[in-house]
Amino acid sequence: MNGAEKRRLVSALVIVVLASLPPVRRALQSSMTAQMLIDIPLLGACGWLLAMAVPDGLGRALARWDSGGISGLLLASFTGLLWMLPRALDAAVEVPWVALAKLASVPLLIGLPLGLSWPRMGFVVRGVFLAELVATCFRLGWLYLISPVRLCSNFLLDDQQRLGEWLLVIGAAIFLYLAGKLLWGSFGGRGRGEAPQGP
Amino acid sequence: MPVARTLLASLAIVAAGAAAIAFATDGLRAFTSETARRIDIREHPRPVPATLALETATGSHIDFGDLRGRWLLVDFIYTRCLTYCTVQGGEFAQLQRKLAEPLRRDQLQLLSISFDPAHDTPARLADYQRRFGDAGAGWIAARPSDPETRDSLLRVFGVTAVADGLGGFVHNAAIEVVDPQGRLVTVLDYDDAQAAADYVRGKLPR
Repeated sequence: MNGAEKRRLVSALVIVVLASLPPVRRALQSSMTAQMLIDIPLLGACGWLLAMAVPDGLGRALARWDSGGISGLLLASFTGLLWMLPRALDAAVEVPWVALAKLASVPLLIGLPLGLSWPRMGFVVRGVFLAELVATCFRLGWLYLISPVRLCSNFLLDDQQRLGEWLLVIGAAIFLYLAGKLLWGSFGGRGRGEAPQGP
Repeated sequence: MPVARTLLASLAIVAAGAAAIAFATDGLRAFTSETARRIDIREHPRPVPATLALETATGSHIDFGDLRGRWLLVDFIYTRCLTYCTVQGGEFAQLQRKLAEPLRRDQLQLLSISFDPAHDTPARLADYQRRFGDAGAGWIAARPSDPETRDSLLRVFGVTAVADGLGGFVHNAAIEVVDPQGRLVTVLDYDDAQAAADYVRGKLPR
């Protein structure tokens, strides 16, 4: 492990430890909006940092099971789906082991596999992932905005609606960024949009 | 063969992921904690401890042991409420009229429990009942006798009350049904007195 990898590993661990301190946990889970837009993305980013600290040898070994980044994408998608369930957000507030499961699973089963698999994904796989990400933001945002009932017992209706608005804004921002990149930018500049395959 | 290995890994991930999601949603039936609470109670009735003690609007002291032997329709309220609970109070007054017969025969008891005992004194509870047209029999309004009892009640009945930032609470209001053996057996919608009345009538001997 070289110096840069060590720094990333240490910073990811420090952030996760800080985020698990009870007062920080309470703050990050105090509203639906904070939990979905700050807590989960932050923990996911820690996992991505970890992925950049994985030594080359281990990365190559994993790549043999992750052609085109498909395995990592599936793992991250299923875990992400679990943390989108309203009852999971409730349980993270009410049940300590669920809060712990979130602290471990969002970095290790979402951020880490995405970070490892992203460079292996080709243009099409990335496109499907990003389109699905935008669609998920819109779907959830719309649902939270129009639902007349609270989907989480621990959070207020106006919090749910604010989260809905934010998700629509975020979905639109990602969409506009991608559309701009498609029209005027490049996706890595690799011939025919193919990512290089592992050895 | 990276492709074959990836296929294998992906199949394992899909199988594990589908199992995890099935587990987390009670077999795709419950996506919210409120639905999950209702399914759990229907499938695993919860004994309500007989020792949980209440102080009623008339100032008398009872516990759940005293209420055994008849069906109970229970809701959780706080008297300052201006939203849900105004509906809840009206629904209970309606149940009192609809179910007058079984109430008179002591086969059934209506019970409104405040989760805000510091504010809801017996006098305020009595006022709450008057406000919604309490017909005078079969409906008890009460508060937990102490804070520990309040917490136990909320836990057993699966009630979550969150401060709404305006001095009130937001809570998962419902009509909860306790059977004569003192087990919480089902949770019904707070605004559907008819469904609750039908449920109880279906359970009572004719």
